[in-house]
Amino acid sequence: MSEVLVVVDHADGEVKKPTYELLTIARRLGEPSAVFFGSPEQGDTVAEKVKKYGAAKVYVVDDAQIKGYLVAPKAEALQQLAEKTSPAAVLLPSTFENKEVAGRLAIKLGSGLITDAVDVAEGGVTTQSVFAGNYTVQAKVTTGTPIITVKPNSAAPEEADGAGAVEAFAATISDVAKTAQVVATQPRQSTGRPELTEAAIVVSGGRGTGGNFEPVEGFADSLGAAVGASRAAVDSGWMPHAFQVGQTGKTVSPQLYVANGISGAIQHRAGMQTSKTIVAVNKDPEAPIFELVDFGVVGDLHTVLPAATQKITERKG
Amino acid sequence: MNIVVCVKYVPDATADRKFEDDNTVDRVGVDGLLSELDEYAVEQALQFREKREGEEITVTALTVGPEKAVDAVRKALQMGADSGVHVVDDAIAGSDYLGTSLVLAKAIEKIKADTGADLVVCGMASTDASGSVVPAMLAERLGMPQVTLASVVESQGDQVRIKRDNEGSTEVIGATLPIVLSVTDQSGEARYPSFKGIMAAKKKPLETWSLTDLGLDADQVGLSVAYTQVEDTTARPPRTAGEIVTDEDGSGAGALVDFLASKKFI
Repeated sequence: MSEVLVVVDHADGEVKKPTYELLTIARRLGEPSAVFFGSPEQGDTVAEKVKKYGAAKVYVVDDAQIKGYLVAPKAEALQQLAEKTSPAAVLLPSTFENKEVAGRLAIKLGSGLITDAVDVAEGGVTTQSVFAGNYTVQAKVTTGTPIITVKPNSAAPEEADGAGAVEAFAATISDVAKTAQVVATQPRQSTGRPELTEAAIVVSGGRGTGGNFEPVEGFADSLGAAVGASRAAVDSGWMPHAFQVGQTGKTVSPQLYVANGISGAIQHRAGMQTSKTIVAVNKDPEAPIFELVDFGVVGDLHTVLPAATQKITERKG
Repeated sequence: MNIVVCVKYVPDATADRKFEDDNTVDRVGVDGLLSELDEYAVEQALQFREKREGEEITVTALTVGPEKAVDAVRKALQMGADSGVHVVDDAIAGSDYLGTSLVLAKAIEKIKADTGADLVVCGMASTDASGSVVPAMLAERLGMPQVTLASVVESQGDQVRIKRDNEGSTEVIGATLPIVLSVTDQSGEARYPSFKGIMAAKKKPLETWSLTDLGLDADQVGLSVAYTQVEDTTARPPRTAGEIVTDEDGSGAGALVDFLASKKFI
């Protein structure tokens, strides 16, 4: 069975959930091999994690030569690994950075590229959600090695035994790939809440918060949810851009999405329309967001959310 | 110095966007316009020029697309770009990322040979495909440094520094011109064309190029040689109307919590 290269999503060696989703998907296409860009000392720890989800091999690519430059070195390393392993496919978690890596890799390998898949079936047929979630597209790579970036929450991770054999892979990085330098990195402070794109529940606030996100955050915490924001709230400087849900921010597809004080402009809908259950709280009964909801409350979020938070806390006892 | 800003003509996101029978995006039957996210690219190109008073800098707006796509270039000219290039050829229709980036790269190389291309500016994504991959692919094809997804752009001499929001961090990226730059909607509000700008745009040079002008053959691009194939497109069924309650005397919170409990979210 051919190998399927799966790029590991991690934060400083801490493997993130989309990796397990991708390994689960990769088993439909062949035998998953995890590709870990990071510190070689962390290779064994990562292997212990990913072999539980079927990784037969774990390629450890020392990122000492890679992390100081933007995107290009990773694409070169993956090209060399793909040329060595002739994989059935290359799967990457669909982040902005990985999409760029995938784009460059597609040119290097002369291979077709599909971005933002929400599912990949046996045979490599992908499903994408396009036009702000109004259309579903089925597509396939027809030339070269399929390179597919897959969104978080695209599959339920299923455990499977893998050998998890660690293999160091030494990539040769050219000077051309070292022309955009990472001059400084400022890690974002953890909020202690779930990651926006991975969360099962997302509670967002918009213009209607008036800049006070306390009711939104309190409600989110009562549900164990991630907090998001509309572009209006981000543009007003109330929330950092990292929290933006929508076309130019994050696309989320949680089990439950709660939009508070968000009108539901197309830019916002593009980022949340595929959520399983949608709930909205908004003062304006005419807000377009109510066209999408399974349940809506016409009311002031500043009174509805704190009261609901209290009721949930009471129920949990 | 010459700046090339890549602009895309896209179906209006607020219109009823759809696909053709061959599963390509309907780019003719739906009203189109300059992709909103490319307006930020035009803005940053113009600011780059304005901040360097005394330097001879021209901004060329480049688009690839059907006949109507020239509207995207016109808008860029109205905003303040100096000249425009429209690559139009029936054979390009249906191109995927690889085909599109090839045509753009060839056009940029031609501009580079004529007037130079020290800076290529793109938007962070198109509003139709939302791929965010073409700027990186252009950097790959042109062998230029990739400086992408900038929320802040600063430059001094031939040095450019940007701020880039990554998944878990914010990075500062530095490179030396010539570069491929892409900018996000955080980079700064795009200007509206002034009346004067609209009038002036009519007299600005606008060239139309075919594949032949770029040294490309029809069998190198387009739907028939795309590296990917769309097998099916389906309109998502409209969501069934949900229950809407009005909050009176605090009833809304209770109804909300009951709903969440009924769906086992609590």
